[in-house]
Amino acid sequence: MAKAERGGAGFSLQGGLQPTPQPMPALNPQLPAEPHSPSFFRQALTIAAKDLRSELRTKEALNASLAFSVVIFLLFSFAFDPGNLDIDINEFSGGLLWLAFAFAGALSLNRSFARELQNDCLDALVASPAPPGALFLGKALANFALILAVEIISLGVFAVMYNVHIQPQLGWLIVVMLMTTWAITVIGTAFSALTVNLRMRELMLPILTYPFLIPPLMAAILLTTDLLGGKPISADNMIWVRVLVAFDVIFSLLAVVFIDIVLVG
Amino acid sequence: MREKITYVLAIAGIALVTWNLYKIFFVLPPEANVAAYQIVYFHVPAAITAFTGFFVALIASGLYLATGDLKFDAFAAGITEVAVAFASVNLATGMIWARYAWGIWWAWDARLTSMLTCWLMYAGYLILRRAVDEPTQRAKLSAFLSIFGCVNVAFVYKSIEWFRTQHPAPVLSVRQGGGMGPGMEAPIYWNYLAMLCIATVLVIVRMRQEGVSREIDSLRRMAHAY
Repeated sequence: MAKAERGGAGFSLQGGLQPTPQPMPALNPQLPAEPHSPSFFRQALTIAAKDLRSELRTKEALNASLAFSVVIFLLFSFAFDPGNLDIDINEFSGGLLWLAFAFAGALSLNRSFARELQNDCLDALVASPAPPGALFLGKALANFALILAVEIISLGVFAVMYNVHIQPQLGWLIVVMLMTTWAITVIGTAFSALTVNLRMRELMLPILTYPFLIPPLMAAILLTTDLLGGKPISADNMIWVRVLVAFDVIFSLLAVVFIDIVLVG
Repeated sequence: MREKITYVLAIAGIALVTWNLYKIFFVLPPEANVAAYQIVYFHVPAAITAFTGFFVALIASGLYLATGDLKFDAFAAGITEVAVAFASVNLATGMIWARYAWGIWWAWDARLTSMLTCWLMYAGYLILRRAVDEPTQRAKLSAFLSIFGCVNVAFVYKSIEWFRTQHPAPVLSVRQGGGMGPGMEAPIYWNYLAMLCIATVLVIVRMRQEGVSREIDSLRRMAHAY
């Protein structure tokens, strides 16, 4: 085939050897000069929809992380005596919840890019016209939805099993959950892309992710403990809301801007 | 030339440390109320040296991404390793002091926790470098991690001031609310300079080693290709 091209004749599957090379499509006046390309966010949403669709069809990461978080709640019950009335569960419920959420979240984050390795799908995604930032954002949005779904179900299970009242500050609790989950998602998805081609992928992701997540997890644990204890957000714990907001904004921007270093390589 | 700079810096570092040790133990007045306060002259400069290293590693990583020159990657790797070593010195001296002053080796105070977090983040960086074989990929992935890490250091460090803490107030007068007795602070800065000299020597040695190992790697690849 290469020989035929050098000789000046094109080769196509339909026509075999052809005497003259085909004109390039862009020169054809009937075609628009610039093909219409969808916007950045539309591309991100397309990738998110694709990921969610394939996850909802198999439900492998969803079921696994849900089961995992219930297992963690079960194990916590052996760390202390939940029936002991002297122990106020509200004092450390935030820590229990967010440890379970962070561990369960890592399961789906590990799968996020690894599932694209089969059939070289990751190469196809990177080679597609979608910019790396949109690819990252799409993956992150899908992970966000999945982790949040697991968290909401787990929160219900936790409230029932440990007799914790989530209603009094439910609004703020949801806000804190949304912001912290996005922090976990951004760092986790970026590092999932970072580790996807490494030998010890499953090992490297938690080693890198958890130390990075300490500021948002610290904020979430403090805030959730306050909120589950019935204490509203006021001047003294507002600073941790700000930590969460700043972390989310700064790392989202950094990840979208710099992710091409990792993905395109 | 490079050899000479290395030797000069090493000698300067050792001389400075010796002179500082003399000043700390024989010239400065012994303070009765602060137990084993002399260790602070190594504890604080080690922390500043570590943070300087993390910051320089960020710049080196940025330069690598801008130029694609693996020399900057070797520099970033070397300086991160040295910075992690100084962070370990900071943690170790802090623990020794805590055992003496507080009676416990470790307190889950915000500043201790944040230093440990930084240490773990950069230990992750070093582990990542070992997990990637291909030099260009290794350089790119670690540059990305270095950028994220340095931004997170700011987060971790800032959170100190918002967390209730039992760590002594900042000892340097450049920070608000800090300050030691008159004439007590200078050895901290001199020790910082000494540690910078030693750190630079270590980085130069490490960079040379990194360059040699890359050369060996490429020779090995060539040998396999034939």
